[in-house]
Amino acid sequence: MTTSTVDHEQRHVPEPLDVAALRADFPILARTVRDGSPLAYLDSGATSQRPNQVLDAERSFLTTCNAAVHRGAHQLAEEATDAYEHARATIAAFIGADVGELVFVKNATEGINLVTYAMGNAATAGDEAARFRLGPGDEVVVTEMEHHANLVPWQQVCRRTGATLRWLGVTDDGRLDLDDVPEVITDRTKVVALTHQSNVLGTINPLAPVVRRANEVGALTVLDACQSVPHGAVNVAELGVDFAVFSGHKMLGPSGIGVLYGRRELLEALPPFLTGGSMIEQVWMETSTFAPPPQRFEAGVPMTSQAVALGAAVDYLSAIGMDRIAAHEHALTEAAVTELDAIDGVRIIGPTEVVDRGGAVSFVVDGVHPHDAGQVLDSLGLAVRVGHHCAWPLHRRMGVPATVRASFYLYNEHSEVERLARGVREAQRFFGVV
Amino acid sequence: MQLESMYQEIILDHYKNPNARGLREPYDGESFQVNPTCGDEVTLRVKVDGDNGESRVTDVSYDGQGCSISQASVSVLTELVTGRTVREACTTMEAFVELMQGRGQVEPDENVLADGVAFAGVAKYPARVKCALLGWMAFKSALVEAGQSPEANGVEVT
Repeated sequence: MTTSTVDHEQRHVPEPLDVAALRADFPILARTVRDGSPLAYLDSGATSQRPNQVLDAERSFLTTCNAAVHRGAHQLAEEATDAYEHARATIAAFIGADVGELVFVKNATEGINLVTYAMGNAATAGDEAARFRLGPGDEVVVTEMEHHANLVPWQQVCRRTGATLRWLGVTDDGRLDLDDVPEVITDRTKVVALTHQSNVLGTINPLAPVVRRANEVGALTVLDACQSVPHGAVNVAELGVDFAVFSGHKMLGPSGIGVLYGRRELLEALPPFLTGGSMIEQVWMETSTFAPPPQRFEAGVPMTSQAVALGAAVDYLSAIGMDRIAAHEHALTEAAVTELDAIDGVRIIGPTEVVDRGGAVSFVVDGVHPHDAGQVLDSLGLAVRVGHHCAWPLHRRMGVPATVRASFYLYNEHSEVERLARGVREAQRFFGVV
Repeated sequence: MQLESMYQEIILDHYKNPNARGLREPYDGESFQVNPTCGDEVTLRVKVDGDNGESRVTDVSYDGQGCSISQASVSVLTELVTGRTVREACTTMEAFVELMQGRGQVEPDENVLADGVAFAGVAKYPARVKCALLGWMAFKSALVEAGQSPEANGVEVT
C-alpha cells in the first residue's frame, strides 16, 4: 500500500486533533435537538457540516466580487474569475491533479453522468473520441458495492449503446472480491468504474490490482472518490485512475458543487455533455467548435460562490492535515466497531477488522428494524442514516433490507461513539429484544 | 419521552403480532408498493364481492418487510377494512391519510379509525409518514386493480 491511498497504516503518529477547538468552528454542532438533547452528528457520509471559515469565504465572495465568471471585462468579473480559478487550482493541488484536469460539476452524480453521456456522444464525435465509444460486445465493469450514482448511469449508458454491464462481487465480510478480477475485466472491458471507499461498508478498495488489470486490457478507470477525498490524502495521479469524482458537500463545502477529475489527454479527446454558453470556441448558425477542457465541460454560468467556498474548505482541511483527520477517524471507527460488535444482537455490515477501512459503520440490530433503531437514536440526539444508503444491490448482497449507518468526520468525539453504543442498547430495551 | 408518542403500545403489538400476514387466494386486486428511500415493501391483495356501490371487502392479505410503523399500519388496515363496504373502507382510508398528513394538527376520530388513532403521533415525524401510508397506498391500488376505485364507490380522494 502506498501513501497515495487513504492510508490508515500510519508510518508516523500524527499529532491528535484538538476536536473541542475545531468544533467551535461549526456552530451547528452546538445546537440541541428533540427536547434538548445535544446533537451528535453521525451522518457526515451523507453530508458534512460547514465551518465558519467556509461560510465566511462564500459570503465574502458575494459581498465583494460577485460576477459571472469567464465573461465580463469589468473589475468584478476579473476578480470573480480569479477567485473561481484560484479555487480550481487549490482543489487540483489537493488531489494531485493539474489545474486543467479539474472540471467543476454540480456533484459527483453529475460528474459520473458527464462521463457516461460524453461517452455516449462519442459515437457521433470525431476519431479522437474513438476510445470512448461503447457498443454491442463492449463491457462496462462496476462493483456490487457501488452507490447508485456509480451504477445507474452505467446501466443507462449500456442501454443506450448496447454495451453489457458486469460487476465485481463483494465477499461476506464486505471486501471487494479480487478473485473475480481476471475473469470479469477482459479485453471486452471498456470501462471499470468503482468506489474508492464504500459509503456503507467503510471498505477502502485496493485500487492497484484493479487499475493494473484495467490498464492491461486498455479499459478506462473511473473512481468514485466521494467517501475518500474528504477523509484522507488522495492523489489521483499516483492512483493512476483516468477519472475521479467527488462532492463538495461531503468535505465541509457547499452543496451544488462537485468535481470531475480527468487525465488531461482524455479530457482533451472527450466530447462534451452539456452544451451552450462558455463551452464553445466558435459558433456559427450551422455548427460550433468547442473550448479546450476544462471549459468544454462547464456550460453556462457555473456555480461560483460555491466553488470559492469549496476552495476554502480544502484550505481548512489542508491546514489541519489529512493524515491527522484520517488518524482521528480511524480511532473513532475502531472504537465504534469494538463497542457495537460487543453488543449481543448487533451485526456490523462491513469489515470488523479496522484495516483499509474508513469511518462509515453500518449495522443491524436483531429484532429492531433500522428505521426504528434510528428513531430511538434520533430521540437521544444522535443523527444517523437509516435505509439502504443509495446502495440497494449491496444491501441485497449482504442479506439485509436496510442498515443503520453512523459515519464520522473530523469533528466527531469519542463521547459520541459511547452515546451511539448506549443508544443502540436503549433501542433494544425499548423494542423488548433484550 | 417523545418516543412513546410515536410508538404507542398498539403499534408495537401489531408489529409483533400482525394480522392477516401471508398472501391468500382468491383475490381480485393486488398491489406491490415500495418506499424507495428505505426499501420497505408491502404486497397486498383484496377480495371484493358485490357490485360497485354495494361492494364489500371480503378479504385482505399481505406480505411485506419493513419498520414497525409500516408493518403495524398494514396490520391495522386489515382490521379496519375487512368486512366493510368499499365505500366505508375508502372513507376510513381518507380519514387515515388526512390524519397522517396533518403534521400532528388533526384530531383523529376513534369511531372511524379505531386502532388507527394510535398513529397520530407518527404524523409529527414527516420522514415516517410514508411508512404509515405504505400499506394504504397498496390497498388503494389493489382496489383500483379490482375495478373498485374509491371514486367509483362515491368517495372523493384528496
